[in-house]
Amino acid sequence: MLTVTHYTVLSAILFSIGAITVLVRRNPLLMFMGIELMLNAVNLAFVAFSHYLQDMSGQVFVFIVLTVAAAEVAVGLALVVAIFRARDNVDVDEIDSLKG
Amino acid sequence: MTLYLWLIPAFPLLGAIFNALIGRRLSRQVISLVAVGAVVASFVVSVIAFFSLLSLPEDARLFHDTLYNWIAVGSFSVNVGLWLDPLSTIMILVITGVGALIHIYAVGYMEHEHDYARFFAAMNLFVFAMLMLVLADNYLLMFLGWEGVGVCSYLLIGYWFNRDNIAVGTDEKFLSPRSSATKAFVVNRIGDFGFTLGIILMFWTFGSLSFDTVFAQAPQMVSVGAPVITIMTLLLLLGATGKSAQIPLFVWLPDAMAGPTPVSALIHAATMVTAGVYMIARSHILYELAPTTLEIVAIIGVLTAFIAATIALVQNDLKRVLAYSTVSQLGYMFFALGVGAFGAGIFHLMTHAFFKALLFLAAGAVMHAMNDIIDMRRLGGLRKIMPITFWTFLIGALALSGFPLFSGFFSKDEILESGYTHGQLLLWVVGLVTALLTALYIFRAVILTFGGTPRWKEGEVVGGQEEHAHDAEKPHGLHPHEPKPIMWIPLVVLAVLAIVGGYIGLPEVIGTSAFAAFVDPVFHQTPIPISPTLEWTLIGISTAAAILGILIAIWLYVRDTKLPARLVSYYPWLYAVFANKYWVDQFYNAVVARPGYWLANAFWMDVDGRVINGLADGLGNLFRRAGQGLRSLQGGYARGYALAMLIGIVVVIAVVVTRL
Amino acid sequence: MDLGAITEAIVFYLFAAISVLAALGVVIARSPVRSALSLAVVFVSLAVMYVLLNAPFLAVAQIMIYAGAVLILFLFVIMVLNPRIDIVGGRPNAQTTAAIIVTLTLVLLLGAILSGGQIAPVTGQFTPEVIAREGHVQIIGNLLFSQFLLPFEIASVLLLIAIVGAMTLAKRDKNETAPTNR
Repeated sequence: MLTVTHYTVLSAILFSIGAITVLVRRNPLLMFMGIELMLNAVNLAFVAFSHYLQDMSGQVFVFIVLTVAAAEVAVGLALVVAIFRARDNVDVDEIDSLKG
Repeated sequence: MTLYLWLIPAFPLLGAIFNALIGRRLSRQVISLVAVGAVVASFVVSVIAFFSLLSLPEDARLFHDTLYNWIAVGSFSVNVGLWLDPLSTIMILVITGVGALIHIYAVGYMEHEHDYARFFAAMNLFVFAMLMLVLADNYLLMFLGWEGVGVCSYLLIGYWFNRDNIAVGTDEKFLSPRSSATKAFVVNRIGDFGFTLGIILMFWTFGSLSFDTVFAQAPQMVSVGAPVITIMTLLLLLGATGKSAQIPLFVWLPDAMAGPTPVSALIHAATMVTAGVYMIARSHILYELAPTTLEIVAIIGVLTAFIAATIALVQNDLKRVLAYSTVSQLGYMFFALGVGAFGAGIFHLMTHAFFKALLFLAAGAVMHAMNDIIDMRRLGGLRKIMPITFWTFLIGALALSGFPLFSGFFSKDEILESGYTHGQLLLWVVGLVTALLTALYIFRAVILTFGGTPRWKEGEVVGGQEEHAHDAEKPHGLHPHEPKPIMWIPLVVLAVLAIVGGYIGLPEVIGTSAFAAFVDPVFHQTPIPISPTLEWTLIGISTAAAILGILIAIWLYVRDTKLPARLVSYYPWLYAVFANKYWVDQFYNAVVARPGYWLANAFWMDVDGRVINGLADGLGNLFRRAGQGLRSLQGGYARGYALAMLIGIVVVIAVVVTRL
Repeated sequence: MDLGAITEAIVFYLFAAISVLAALGVVIARSPVRSALSLAVVFVSLAVMYVLLNAPFLAVAQIMIYAGAVLILFLFVIMVLNPRIDIVGGRPNAQTTAAIIVTLTLVLLLGAILSGGQIAPVTGQFTPEVIAREGHVQIIGNLLFSQFLLPFEIASVLLLIAIVGAMTLAKRDKNETAPTNR
């Protein structure tokens, strides 16, 4: 009854919602949350494929992604803290000193 | 094959480069030593080449050195090679010999000039180019020398480019040296255009430009009188009329007198202007295949000779008289070529080089003595003060007139005789009348300049301070004197040559012509038999014409000095025609020069100014605005970047999906 | 009719809906804390999915790492920075509209691909029976230390880098004073 397609469509929806979050919100923390959402969606797709193809490498990959995501969040949030402590401003749109 | 021919043009080239690059910092002695030494060295090597050529049997007298392959593009191959046969031998002897004498003279004449090195560098470069012209073994290399002498002529005519009017002591307005140089170059360019087209046609017809190939193939590939060969020779003739100042391109030569007198002697009497004559003589095989063109050559020659002589008759500036005389004598050479007497034309070229250079150098001595006055109305009575100059000038005049026993007599006589025997009776008559006029105008010049009573005063203050700054601050009074030995020795040498130079070309009735024998293997002319009676008659007639001209000159300017003015008042219109040079200059100015200026101006202001500048600026502006537009993409706006990335991903997915 | 299959389907649809709603909650919520908590709900529902997909170890790891560590990290930073309430809505400017359009396109595109595609044939040999017999953790452990050793080691180095990096970045300069509460 349940096929891979169900899971992957769910994954696509979650991915898109994560993308919207990154694009629409101006708070850097919320943008990070959107990124986490996207990563999770991808993880879901991997596990689904791993189950239906009966190949464990998908799950191993998810394991690694989990690790990387955690590391990324740590560094990213530290970055956010450093930047915004210096400027006392939490609007991403206002950080534009790299403009051309 | 010789191994030393290349030295002949190499010496002057090295001299030119030396003086051009470092001459400025060296003393006058070194500069003149290098310059004169280069030409003398060339002369020595030329003499050696001449004698080694003589040691060969008559029909094998050719040295053909190929130095290297210059251009090789597809089927077009041109070498740098030197071609020494009797014709080119005579040319190099004249160029280097007379050239050396003129260089020596110039050392004295130009000694007060500031830009000493530039003058001699240009003179040496000229000698190099002229030698390349006559030694080339193909038409393209000849053209290189052809253009080279044109450039050097420009450089040397415009030597005093800072001056505006060079006429001293008179109100006559001549063209400035700069304009004269430009005029010479531009008029020559028109001729060169014809030359270039001729060369192109030659390559297209024969597939090669080297003498041996073209001259061997021409008689086989082209029939006599065929259109292609007629057009080719006519185009080459156009080039020759430019370089040798014949109708229609003679207008530059009188204005070229704006240059220093040694320049006039070397370039505009002895060598450069003879390039056209040489070229036609060299191409005689081609011209013999185009009788129509030869006819035109003869007519142009005689017409030019006559018209130039009439103009020379009314000139007041001595150098201009000599300039028109050169044009006229070149006309004689063309006449000779046109009737097929190529040897006679070259013979006259040689003798003319001697006496015309002599006349110019002597005129230069007069200028030097008279603070640069050369307007004959202000001269007179110089024969007692400058005897050597007077006697050498007189010898030159007698040679020019064709007075018996002088060199000009033999060469001019041979030309007239050839004209008669080849059936060109009308042209012969005109040539005879011109001979009379020649004697008339040159003796008018002799009498006005050296004879009679002086029309100037000792100590009179007149011009001259610019050219020969003996005294840079104040002008000095007239104090004419004989020039220094370094200037009168060449005069004497040339005078001797003007007398004896003719004896190598004696007419048949008197003796053998060594000249003709030497040159004949090149031209292979079949001599037209002529009875001794006829020959003596012809000699007598031309002699009579010359003597008559001299006598008329003496009558007009010594015996009855009021007569010339009275004649002018009887025939004012005739005088006006001559004095205005047949209005040729004015005609060219209106028809060619003005429209040319207008066109050039239009191109400059409109095409270059508006169109091209607009295009360049517009392109620049376009890029600037594009850059500014693109700048706005980089807003530093992080979410914008993210959106862009997402759009990219979507596009990629869509593409991948639709392709699968 | 297989009872297991029906249960599976019900659980799937239920938790799928929960996860989507919670994800929307992340986007829409006004306060960052609320967003973080919605995110936690997403994590947990995904963990349930993993269980459905016969990956219990991953489900637990997911809850431990994401809901346990990452989320707490988010909450700590929110607390430290004390951001004001973020402005959502307001004027939907060009950026927002464009983002919505593009994302909708993305969803539709992916949906189209995924529904229409064919699944590759079964290649692996890890059937659910095998997993049940050998134990999920053992299997993953074996693979990590044999076939996927390199990524494993690199991941550990990456963690080290992350620790050092985070500490360096977040460190306060000596001259700076601690932020006061506003």
